Parts: sequence; C-alpha cells; structure tokens
Amino acid sequence: MPEPQKKKLDLNRREMPKQPPEVRRHNFNEVALGYPVEIAVQEAKRCLQCKNPKCVAQCPVEIDIPGFIKSIAEKDFAAGTRILKDKNCLPAMCGRVCPQEEQCEEVCVLVKKGGQIAVGRLERFLADWEAEQGKLEMPKIPPSTGRKVAVVGGGPAGLTVAGDLIKLGHQVTIFEALHEVGGVLIYGIPEFRLPKVIVKREVEYLKKLGVEVVTDYVVGKTRSIDSLLEEFDAIFVGSGAGLPWFMDVPGENLNGVYSANEYLTRMNLMKGFLFPQFSTPIKNHKRVAVIGGGNVAMDCARTALRLGAESRIIYRRSRQELPARLEEIENAEEEGVIFDFLTLPIRYIGDENGWVKEIEYLKMKLGEPDSSGRRRPVPIEGSETIIPMDAVVCAIGNSPNPLIAAATPGLEVGKKGNIVADEETGKTSKKRVWAGGDVVTGAATVILAMGAGRKAARSIHEYLCSL
Amino acid sequence: MFKVIESQMIVPNIHLLMLEAPAVARQMKPGQFVIVRADDGGERIPLSIADWDVEEGTVTVVVKNIGSTTDHLASLRAGVSIPTVVGPLGNPTEIKEYGTVLCLGGCYGIGSIFPIARALKEKKNKVITVIEARSSYLLYWEEKLKEVSDELICITRDGTKDHRGHVGRLTEIIKSSEPINRIIINGCTFLLKRGSDMSRPLGIKTVVSLNPIMIDGTGMCGVCRVTVGKTTKFACVHGPDFDGHEVNWAELLQRRKTYMREEVIPLRTSRCEEHAITSSPE
Ligand SMILES: Cc1cc2nc3c(=O)[nH]c(=O)nc-3n(C[C@H](O)[C@H](O)[C@H](O)COP(=O)(O)OP(=O)(O)OC[C@H]3O[C@@H](n4cnc5c(N)ncnc54)[C@H](O)[C@@H]3O)c2cc1C
Ligand SMILES: Cc1cc2nc3c(=O)[nH]c(=O)nc-3n(C[C@H](O)[C@H](O)[C@H](O)COP(=O)(O)OP(=O)(O)OC[C@H]3O[C@@H](n4cnc5c(N)ncnc54)[C@H](O)[C@@H]3O)c2cc1C
Ligand code: SF4
Ligand code: SF4
Ligand code: FES
Repeated sequence: MPEPQKKKLDLNRREMPKQPPEVRRHNFNEVALGYPVEIAVQEAKRCLQCKNPKCVAQCPVEIDIPGFIKSIAEKDFAAGTRILKDKNCLPAMCGRVCPQEEQCEEVCVLVKKGGQIAVGRLERFLADWEAEQGKLEMPKIPPSTGRKVAVVGGGPAGLTVAGDLIKLGHQVTIFEALHEVGGVLIYGIPEFRLPKVIVKREVEYLKKLGVEVVTDYVVGKTRSIDSLLEEFDAIFVGSGAGLPWFMDVPGENLNGVYSANEYLTRMNLMKGFLFPQFSTPIKNHKRVAVIGGGNVAMDCARTALRLGAESRIIYRRSRQELPARLEEIENAEEEGVIFDFLTLPIRYIGDENGWVKEIEYLKMKLGEPDSSGRRRPVPIEGSETIIPMDAVVCAIGNSPNPLIAAATPGLEVGKKGNIVADEETGKTSKKRVWAGGDVVTGAATVILAMGAGRKAARSIHEYLCSL
Repeated sequence: MFKVIESQMIVPNIHLLMLEAPAVARQMKPGQFVIVRADDGGERIPLSIADWDVEEGTVTVVVKNIGSTTDHLASLRAGVSIPTVVGPLGNPTEIKEYGTVLCLGGCYGIGSIFPIARALKEKKNKVITVIEARSSYLLYWEEKLKEVSDELICITRDGTKDHRGHVGRLTEIIKSSEPINRIIINGCTFLLKRGSDMSRPLGIKTVVSLNPIMIDGTGMCGVCRVTVGKTTKFACVHGPDFDGHEVNWAELLQRRKTYMREEVIPLRTSRCEEHAITSSPE
C-alpha cells in the first residue's frame, strides 16, 4: 500500500554490533550486543509510521509496532516500553529469538526495497533499556476476583497466560516439572543467544505481580489434571513439545550419541559448561556431528564449537532448505561450523568400548517437491561414506510429551500426540481445560506459543467472568 | 525446598533419608522413584522409593554413597532442606495376584523392594524375599522385610548369614522353593543382570527396575534410553520396570559409564558398581 511520504526514504537498515566470530566461538556470552541508543533512534526514525501498518497484523500478539517505534524515535523510552508491554509480557526474549524475518518484518512496507525496519532489534532495545533502569514499572492489578487458575508448564505459553490473567485480577499458579521456569527458553536455547538472566528477570516480574510458581511438580504424576480441577476454576496446559525424536538407525544408543534435548539441557539448565562448579557433566568431544538443520541444530552445533569441538551440521537437503533462521545460519557459518549438505546418516559405528567412532552416511540429491513444497532429498546409490566422529547430536525434532494426555481421561489427543484445542480460544475437549503452544501445534516458535497463550487467557477470562 | 526429616547411615556407606514431600507421598506407589538435587548447582539424580507416609507427608529413600551427589546427600543432617524432590516418577511395579513371588534386593534395592513385597503380600501373594550383600553387617531392614514376607533369605558373600556366595546362589534357592511364578529384582545393574541370567533357563518371568543415567525423568532428554527386546525405551517413562530377559544389558552397562571419566569419584566406590564395571558385557 503506498504511504504518503514526505522525507526521503532511508533504506539503510542499521546493523546490530556483535562479538566478532573468532572471539565469540570461545565464550558463552551473548553474540549480539544490542543497539546503542543513537543507532536505535536512527533505526526508529526510518519507520514510515504507516496509517495501516501491515507489520502489526503479522505479529502474533499484535504489538503496536509503529507506536513503540515512534516513542524510540522521540527518545521517550519509558512510553515505548509501556506500549510494548501492553501486548507482550516477554519483549526481551521476543526481540531476540522471534523469527522476525517471517513475521512482522516480512511484511514491512520497506521490505521490497530491502530496508525493512528492524522491529525485533528495536523491541530488544527497549526491553534492555528498561532492565538497565533497574526499576520495573508495575501495572495496576485490579482487586482479586477470587478465581483460581492453574497453569501447567512454565514455557512462553504458560508465562503469557499467567501474566495476562494475573493482570485481570485472577489468582494464578504455575506448575513446572523442572526445577526452573522458562521451558525451552531455560533448558534449550543457549546462553549465547538468550542469556538466562533475562528469562529469570521476566519470571521474577511475574512473581512480583503475584503469580505463584511451583517447581518440581509434574502434572499427571505429582497430581492429575482432574485433581487440580477440584481446586482450580480453570487449567491451562502449556507443556510444550519435549519428546525427542531419534532416527532409528543402527548404533543410535552408543555412548556419545545424544538427543539435542539432552545436550542442551546439560549445557543450559544444568550449566554443564561450568562443570565441576555445577555438578552435571558434559563431554568435551573433539569432533561433533549434529543431525538436522533447524534452530535446534544450529544451537547444538554452536554449543559444541564453544566446547572446543570441530563441529559440523549434517543435513539431508541443501542450504536453501535449512529451516533455521537465516541469522543463526550465518552466525554458525561465521563461527566456523562446517555444513555437510545433502547427507543422510544411516549408521553409527562404535569402538570396542561402546563409544561412537564413525558415522556412515549417504549422499543425497534433490528430487521433486514434497507436500511441504521443499524438494525431496533422494539417496544417491553407492554413495556410502564413512567419516570419523566422536559424538552425534540428534536434532531432528520433538513432539508433545504424552505424559499429561495419558493421565487425563477425556482430553482429546491428535495423531502426533498433540492436545487438540480450538485455534481461536484454546479450549480442549475437556471442560475447564485450555491448552496452547507447542503441546497443541507441535514444535513451533516462542511468539506463536505466546500468541496461543494470549488467546487462551482471553477465553479463560471470559469463562471466569461468566461464573 | 524439601526438608530432611531424618538422615542416618544404616549400614556402612548406605544412608537412609526421610524427606518432607507431601505431594509426592500422596501419589506414591511401589516401584516408583523420585529425582532429587542436593544443592542449587546440583545434579538431578533418580532414587527409588523405599517407603513413604501420606499422613506425615514424607518419603524415604535409601542411598548408596558412590559419587559426588550421593556423597553430598549422605552428609545432610536432619533439619536442612534440599531444593528438589520431584515425583513420583516412572510406572509403579505391576502388583497382581501371581501366586508365589520372589523379591530380590541388593544394595539400595533392599530398601526399595520393601514396598513392593508389602504390596504383593496385601494382594495375597506368597512372598519370598531374598536379600544380598557382601557380609551380614551390610544387610538392613531384615525385621521390616520379615513382616511383609512369608520367608526371608539372606545371601552373604562371606557366609556370615544364611547362604554363602552371591546372587549365583539364586538358582538353588529357586529350585528348593515351591514353584515361583514371578521374580522382581531391585538393586545395582549387576544384580539385575545376574538375577535375570539365573532365572532365564527356568522360564520364570523376571521384572527388573533399571537404573540408567537420567536427567529430567519425564521423557524429555532421552539419556535414559535402554533397548528392551528390539525397541528403544525411555526408562523414566516406559519403565523403570522391564522384563529382565529382554533387556540389552551390555548396552545398559556401557551407557552407564558415559561420564565415568568426569565423575572423578571422590570416595571408595561401591562394590556393586565395581562389579558392574568389571563384569564384561557378553
Ligand atoms: C534449542 C531450541 C531453539 C529454539 N529456537 C527458537 C528461536 O530462535 N525462535 C523461536 O521463536 N523459537 C525457538 N524454539 C522453539 C520455541 O522455544 C518453542 O516453540 C517454545 O518454547 C514453545 O513454548 P511452550 O510454552 O509451548 O513450551 P515449552 O517452552 O516447551 O515449555 C513447556 C514447559 O512445560 C513443562 N512441562 C512439561 N510437561 C509438564 C508436566 N507434566 N507438568 C508440569 N510441567 C510440564 C516443561 O518442563 C517446560 O518448562 C527453539 C526450540 C529449541 C528446543
Ligand atoms: C530409576 C532409578 C532408581 C535409582 N534408585 C536408587 C536408589 O534408591 N538408591 C541409590 O543409591 N541409587 C539409586 N539409583 C542410582 C543413582 O541414581 C546413582 O547412583 C546416582 O545418580 C549417582 O550419582 P553420584 O553423583 O553420587 O555419582 P556419580 O559419580 O555421578 O556416578 C556414579 C555412577 O552412577 C551412575 N549415575 C550417574 N549419574 C546418574 C544419574 N543422573 N542418573 C542415574 N545414574 C547416574 C553412573 O553409572 C555413574 O557411573 C537409581 C537410579 C535409577 C535410574
Ligand atoms: S513479538 Fe515478534 S513478531 Fe511481534 S513485533 Fe516483536 S519481534 Fe515482531
Ligand atoms: S515497521 Fe514497516 S510496516 Fe510497520 S509501520 Fe514501520 S514502516 Fe510501516
Ligand atoms: S531421564 Fe530424560 S528422558 Fe528419561
């Protein structure tokens, strides 16, 4: 849509400073350093302030994007923060890990000219600015409605539901299986991409608002959904997609073959990189192969690199089809991760002590497009190759954990083990139970999980008001 | 936080911990386990449940001191708190009316076999409990076990109590008893494996509680995978009980050694662990 423009277009998307690759590949600190104030303001000034902004419609939580960007341009960061937080309770995280290029930024009017506004970076800028001020602005909480909501799982979906409902005056308790809240943000996404202090800060904020957090509590084991329903008026299940897939190839149970979840959990949740100060060990392998091509695979490969390994990605299609965010692919390449495209592992070979020592793979070529529209990889006959390897991390995907569904009669479950829930409201087949995020959609994104949480919170609120 | 109510070394190197965890106690069934962390930076380790009390809100575990975390747990005194006690995890041991059941426990399994024997007894089974240790001074809970067993038999390596020898004596014990319909084994991997080897030729269904390395205990990380029959299972959610005749023991023993180099073991390691390491996988 053509917008009235007076000033000359500035298409120079401002870069965000990063740690140089040769430095960052040796540390676990955050890679991207954030905009300095001046650059943020310059970037914000480029926004055309569209009257009918397409970017907003593409943000799953409908942030008033031109609104907060205008505040940055005017250097009124406090106002910007308020606008942001009105719709997004976890901006420091979304600004960092949202696939902006497929969401808000993809439809920015400037995208065609290659100068789309760096919405995510600006969002991160504001969130970090607020944290630096050291004083969080607390929203007014209405008087208690006396209604109680249980949130199962403390990932982005659950945190969003908790944040939204506490601000409406309901009592909220989060039940989390692990000893820390945050879901994948805590156990999966590495420190160098999303520092854990940020996640903890957001969780502390929710606690200050009055959200009760119970960790070490596995719903379906420690207590059933049905039993929780006796105490709570409504339940939201946001238990994520935490069941790792393996490929079912020979040698997969050799020592040195890990799921991405294990590798990343040892590293992030358990702080394996600080072993033995933290007591969970992680191995320093010489050569690590990561199977897969998504964000999870990039995170594993870059983690292995930082632990001192020669790190490679083994992916069965080509670079073009890599499902990971472009930014992460480039980061991995810069840091020195090796990419073996069009390769498919068919066997892991062990040594006499049961440790993996080699991978056998097949070379592939791209054939006709499959149902996903991507060209299907087909093996090239006789292309078996064996390469030496000390460890393999399998990052080919996750599906919803069946634990809760199996323990909850009356909860409809789909073919892939996902809980079936209404897309608009998050309602499940069981009365007073809502669900959203990865447990419904299968592994997706932080912002989609938050979007689902937002919708469910709205529906839960309506229900609670009708009581 | 979870308070330590009681802490006691019951025999050399084996410690009993009673922990306050009412929500866990309420749901507990025989054969299940908890995951605990001894301190904030601590590792998550699984421990089978030896007893619990719903009214008092406590769970009791028996811990063999073999490495850094178990050592830390052993040093805890009543009154302090630990950050994590989560559970009950895993599936309960299947308890039905089988007829005669032989319960075999060694090491920490002498403790965790107790609630299983008790439940079997309540289901009107005839329960023969066999406990095994290097010497009589390493046996514990005999009185408790007698109360829930029709017969209690001890095997000691030095012969200071009942049968002299090790789990190899099991075949004899089985043959001299009346027909046994099921065997249930709790304890170190070595005991589970040898026990299963003994019962295989006799064709008696044998249930073992496996103890691979774990992290979350909810099916999220996959580190606990074991091969049973031809398929890979996650011991924390599909088990920990499996058919001992179907378990790939060589793989389990090998996987348990993954972090051996890292676990620079500060203490004298346990006998059963040593056996597990030296008994070469077939
Ligand atoms: C390594 C990795 C990198 C990623 N990178 C990105 C990225 O760059 N950008 C992006 O947008 N997305 C990314 N994702 C995906 C994104 O993290 C997820 O889509 C998102 O976290 C899903 O949120 P959720 O709240 O549905 O579930 P989760 O974040 O999975 O949280 C679920 C929570 O529920 C808890 N739980 C599970 N079962 C129970 C139970 N029975 N009782 C109590 N609690 C329970 C879990 O312990 C967990 O804390 C990545 C994922 C991974 C694994
Ligand atoms: C379902 C289950 C129930 C168990 N019940 C008991 C029990 O009731 N009492 C008891 O004393 N022990 C029990 N164990 C074993 C106990 O978990 C390990 O002895 C303990 O983790 C060792 O930790 P550490 O730090 O003291 O020793 P480490 O020095 O870390 O390890 C010593 C050995 O213990 C094993 N081990 C290490 N880390 C883990 C881990 N996270 N999970 C499992 N095994 C590990 C490894 O084989 C290792 O070689 C059980 C294990 C499982 C899986
Ligand atoms: S939350 Fe994500 S999609 Fe929405 S504006 Fe921020 S970066 Fe864009
Ligand atoms: S970010 Fe892009 S689409 Fe959104 S208001 Fe600014 S210029 Fe318009
Ligand atoms: S302990 Fe992680 S899946 Fe079993």
